[in-house]
Amino acid sequence: MRFSEAWLREYVNPPIDTKRLVHQLTMAGLEVDSVESAAAPFSGVIVAEVLEVSPHPQADRLRVCVVSDGSGELLQIVCGAPNVRAGMRVPLAVEGARLPGDVVIRKSELRGVASFGMLCSAKELGIDDPQTGLMELPADAPVGVDVRNYLKLDDCVIEVDLTPNRADCLSIEGIAREVASLNALDWTAPSVPPVPVTSPETFPVSVSEPEACPRYLGRLIKGVSRTAQTPLWMRERLRRAGIRSLDAVVDVTNYVLLEMGQPLHAFDAAKLEGGIHVRYAEPGEKLALLNGQEVALDRDVLVIADQRKALALAGIMGGSDSAVVDGTADVFLECAFFTPSVIMGKARRYGLNTESSHRFERGVDPELQTRAIERASELILSIAGGEAGAIVEAASPSHLPQRAPILLRYERITRLLGMRIERPKVVEILQRLGMRLADHPEGWTVTPPGFRFDIAIEADLIEELGRVYGYESLPRRRPVMATAMRPVSEKFLDLDRLKNLLVDRGYQEAITYSFVDEARQALIEPEIPYLALQNPISADLAVMRTGLWCGLLDAALKNTFRQQSRIRLFEAGLRFARHGAGVEQRKSLAGLAMGSVHEEQWGEAVRAVDFYDVKADVEAMVKLTGREADLGFVAAAHPALHPGQSAEIRLGDDRLGWIGMLHPRLEKQLGFEQNVFLFELDQDVLLGRQIPMFRGISKFPQVRRDIAVIIDESVTVGRLVACVKSIDSPILRQVVVFDVYRGQGVETGRKSVALGLVLQDEAETLTDARVDETVGSVLERLSKEFNARLRD
Amino acid sequence: MSTPLEELLVQARKQVAEADTLGKLDQVRVHYLGKKGVFTERMKELGTLPAERRREAGAWINRAKDQFTADLEARKSALEAIELEERLMRETIDVTLPGRGQRTGGLHPVTLTLRRISQLFKNVGFDIVEGPEVEDDYHNFEALNIPAHHPARAMHDTFYFDEHTLLRTHTSPVQVRIMESQSPPLRVIAPGRVYRCDSDLTHTPMFHQVEGFVVDRDVSFADLKGILYEFLTLFFEQDMQVRFRPSYFPFTEPSAEVDIECVICGGGGCRVCKHTGWLEVMGCGMIHPRVFEFVKIDPERYTGFAFGLGVERLAMLRYGINDLRLFFENDLRFLSQFAAF
Repeated sequence: MRFSEAWLREYVNPPIDTKRLVHQLTMAGLEVDSVESAAAPFSGVIVAEVLEVSPHPQADRLRVCVVSDGSGELLQIVCGAPNVRAGMRVPLAVEGARLPGDVVIRKSELRGVASFGMLCSAKELGIDDPQTGLMELPADAPVGVDVRNYLKLDDCVIEVDLTPNRADCLSIEGIAREVASLNALDWTAPSVPPVPVTSPETFPVSVSEPEACPRYLGRLIKGVSRTAQTPLWMRERLRRAGIRSLDAVVDVTNYVLLEMGQPLHAFDAAKLEGGIHVRYAEPGEKLALLNGQEVALDRDVLVIADQRKALALAGIMGGSDSAVVDGTADVFLECAFFTPSVIMGKARRYGLNTESSHRFERGVDPELQTRAIERASELILSIAGGEAGAIVEAASPSHLPQRAPILLRYERITRLLGMRIERPKVVEILQRLGMRLADHPEGWTVTPPGFRFDIAIEADLIEELGRVYGYESLPRRRPVMATAMRPVSEKFLDLDRLKNLLVDRGYQEAITYSFVDEARQALIEPEIPYLALQNPISADLAVMRTGLWCGLLDAALKNTFRQQSRIRLFEAGLRFARHGAGVEQRKSLAGLAMGSVHEEQWGEAVRAVDFYDVKADVEAMVKLTGREADLGFVAAAHPALHPGQSAEIRLGDDRLGWIGMLHPRLEKQLGFEQNVFLFELDQDVLLGRQIPMFRGISKFPQVRRDIAVIIDESVTVGRLVACVKSIDSPILRQVVVFDVYRGQGVETGRKSVALGLVLQDEAETLTDARVDETVGSVLERLSKEFNARLRD
Repeated sequence: MSTPLEELLVQARKQVAEADTLGKLDQVRVHYLGKKGVFTERMKELGTLPAERRREAGAWINRAKDQFTADLEARKSALEAIELEERLMRETIDVTLPGRGQRTGGLHPVTLTLRRISQLFKNVGFDIVEGPEVEDDYHNFEALNIPAHHPARAMHDTFYFDEHTLLRTHTSPVQVRIMESQSPPLRVIAPGRVYRCDSDLTHTPMFHQVEGFVVDRDVSFADLKGILYEFLTLFFEQDMQVRFRPSYFPFTEPSAEVDIECVICGGGGCRVCKHTGWLEVMGCGMIHPRVFEFVKIDPERYTGFAFGLGVERLAMLRYGINDLRLFFENDLRFLSQFAAF
C-alpha cells in the first residue's frame, strides 16, 4: 500500500514528523518499506497563465506566447507543446529555475525569438503523468504561486508492506484510523451524504449465490460526459499511490478504493442486457478480461453476468466487452461485498493479482458499500456530470459476516504478554480500534468492528493490546525452565564427529541443492525411482536427488573449471526415493576425492588418490563407531562406478553404502580429466555405535611370525585373511597384510601375499613349538582352501 | 730388551693425540689395552720378574696405563664432540619448508552457523530434532493454521510433487510433528533445509532455517523476548539493540519480527540495512491456539512460543558474506575460507 502522507494528514494529523510517523507505523506492525519524495527536487517553477499565443515567424512547430507570472509584468516565452492555448494555466520555469536532471533555465533565443523561461510538461517536472504536452493546471490555480506548494509536491510517498491480516489498512481511512489510535486521537470516518437521485432509471440486480455475495449494490448513472478529465488533485493522489490515471470514471473507482478500501467496478451500461446476475460460472464459460487475457471459467468461480453471459470475474477483474470506454455515456456502478473464502485463490489461479482481489480475499468491510457507492457517485457527478438513478441493493444480511463477541480475560493478558496492562488502558486501546466492549466478570466481552477480519479469538485481542501498547514496552524475562537432566546416548555417534573427521582428513564440506538434473541423475543412478517436482525452478533442478553423488560431481566439475585439480568434498543430507505410494527420505553422507593424494609438496612424489585412500577414510569413520570388525567391502557393480574398482560396503547385516571409482565412461561424459573416487554411506547404519567393552591385557610377550603365501589372483586378500582368522586359535591375535607381490618368482596368474601373524597367550609365554604349531595349521588351512603355497 | 716403559707411554700418548677418528682411537686402545695389547703383555711379563721387583714394576705399568686411559677418554670425548657437531651440521634442515602430509579441510559456513545456534540452545536444555523435507500439505500448512487459499500461502512459493506432497517451505512443520507425538514441557530446536520456488540475487530455491519452540505452563511473550535477546547477543558476541516489531504469521498470535541493530554499520545506516540501521533476522510469536488444537494440546493449560530464523542470513552477517548465492556454488575458493573452527 502506497499513499501520500499529505493525503493521510488531511484525515488525521498527529503532531509528529514524517520520520516519527514512519517509525510509529513500523513498530505497530505496518512495516514501512520505503519513504520517497512525491516529486524530484526542482525550484523556480510557478503557476502562470498563457494570455496570447501567436505563430513563430521562423518555425511551424513553435509558438510565441505571452505569459503572466502574476507580477504584473508579462513574459514572452517560446513554446513547442501542441496543447498550448490562450487562457490555460501551466507551470512556468522562470529564469534561474532548476529542473530535475539539473537543468537550469536561462533566457534564450529560439530561432531568432527571445524566450524568458519555459512552460513545462509534467514529465519535465519529474512527475509521471500520462498526459502529454504542457501540464494543464486547473483554471483556478493561483497565478504566481510556486507549483511545488500548489501541487503539494513537498510530500512523501509512504509504502507500507502490509501483512495479510491487515486488510483494514489497505486504504487511507484505514491507515488514518490506525494512526489515530496509535496517537490516542479521536477519529471517525467522514460521512458521505447521498447524492440526489435525478434519474428514474435503474438496472435490475439479482444474486443467486447470497453466501458468496451477501451484498450487491448497483447504480445507473446516465449521461456522463465523454470528455471529462480527471482533476489534477485526484490524478496526483492516484499517481502517488502508484495507480495510473485512465479515464475519469475508472479513476473515481480507483480513488474510492484507495480512500475507503472498497473496490468498485464500472460497467458501460449500454453493453449490459436484461439485468445483473451474480452467479457461479457455467460449464465451458469463457471471459475476455480487461487485461486482454481470455480465461476459461471453472464452476467454482463467481461471476457478474447479465442475461446473456459472464461480464466480470467477481471481485477480481472486469471483462473487456462491458468495460467503460471513451464513448461510454451511461455507467452502471457496482459496489459489492464478496465472501473472502469465495475469492481466495481464484485470482492466483488465473495468474492475476489485482487491487480488488487483493482486498476482497483478505476481507472488505461489509458495512462500507453504501457509503462507498455514494462517494463514488458524488465524485463522478462532480467530475463528469450525469444523472444518478436510485441504488439497487440485493442483500442477504444473514450471510454477511457476523462478528461474535470474544471473551477477553484480564488474567490471560498478563499470562500471555508477561506483564499487567492497567484496565482503563485496555479499554482505551480496544475502543480506539473500533471494538465494542462489555464488562464481564473475568474481563470483557469484545465485539470487533466489521473491517477487522483478523480478530476472532482472545489471542488476537491480546496481540492488539501488545501492539498498540508497544512490543518495545513489554518486559524481557529470562525464562525459568525445568532442569531435568537430558539423556546422552553413547549408542549413537554424532554426525558432527564424522564431519570433523572428514575435515581433518582434508575434505571440504559442500552443500548442494536437493534437486538435480534428471538426465544427469539417470546416468548415475538409473534404477532408483525418483520424485519429480511439478513446478521446478529450472530443468537442471527438476528432480529430487536419489543420492548425493550427482550434486558432488557437479560441484567438483565446476571447481575443475576454476583450475582446481585436487578436490575433496563431502556432503551430509537427505536422499529421496519414491517408495510405493510414499517417499523414502534417508540421511546420507557422501564424499568425493580426486587429484593428488596430498596437496602439492616439495618433499614427496606426487601420487594420485586411489581407491585405498578413500577406503581408509571410510574405515576411519567406521572405527569411530567401534564396529570396524563388522565392516566388509564386497566387490559389486554399480552403474556409476568402474566395474573393477567398486564395492558395496557392508556393516554387519546392513548395507552401509558404496565406494568406488567413477566409471571411466561417465568420467569422460561428464567432462572430468582425472579419476574421481566416490563414497556414499547411510547415516542410520553408520551412526550406530558399539560401546567399548574392556578385555584383559596379557602380561606375556607377543610373538610375530611373517609368512608369504602364493595364491591365485582370483582369491581376494579379504578371503585369505578371513580364512586365517577362521582357524579359531586362542593365541592368534592379529593378522597384518604387509605386502602383495606379483612378478619374478611368482607364476603368472598368481600373487604372493605377505602376512604378519601376531600371537600371544593370556596365561603363559609362548613356546616355539606352540607358535610353529599355530603357523603350521594356518598354512595347512590355506593350502587346503586356496591351494596356497609358502613362498621361499 | 724391550722398549722402556717411559718411551712406550710417550709413544702411546702420541698415538692417542694423533688419532683423528673414533675408529682410529679405538684401534689405538686395542693396540695398548686389548687382550694382546702392549700394556697387557707387559703386565703378563710381570710374572717373570723376581717378587721384590714385581710390585714396583706393576705400579709403574698401572700408572702408565692410567695416564694412557685418561688421555684416551679425553680424546674420545673430544672426538665425540666433533663428530656430534659434524652430525648436527649435516642434519641441519630448512625449517621454513612447508610441513608434509594431509592438510585439513573445512566445514561449510552454514554448518558452522547451525552448530553455533544449536549449541547455544542446547546449553539451556533444548533438544535438536530434524524432520522430513518432503512434507505433506497438512503439516506444512493446514496444522499451522494456513488453510488452502490463505493469502499467506502466496508468500511461500511452494514446490509441489502432487496436490498433497510438497517440499517444506519452512521448518515449522517439525513443530507440529513434535507436538503431535510428545507432551509438554517441550523445548526444541529444528534446523534444516527448506525450499521456495524463487531464485534471484537475494533468493535461492533452497536455504536453511532453524525453528525453535517452547511449550510449558505460563510461557509468555516476555520469555520469548528474553530468550531471543540473549540468543542474538550471544550469537554475535556483542551487546546490541534488539527490537520486536508486530507482524503476522498464521501460526502465532501475537506475532513479531525481530530486528537487530545493523552489525555492519552499528545502526548508523548502510547498504546492508538499507539505511534503516536495522536488520530483520527472525520471526516469532506465541503459538496460536488453533495450532494447539490441531495437535491436541490444551491451550488453557499450556502456552508456548515459537521462532524461526534464516541461517544464511545470520551466516552472512556473522562472516561478512555479501552474496547469498555463494553458499550453494561450492566454490573451493569460498568454502576454504571457513576452515577455522
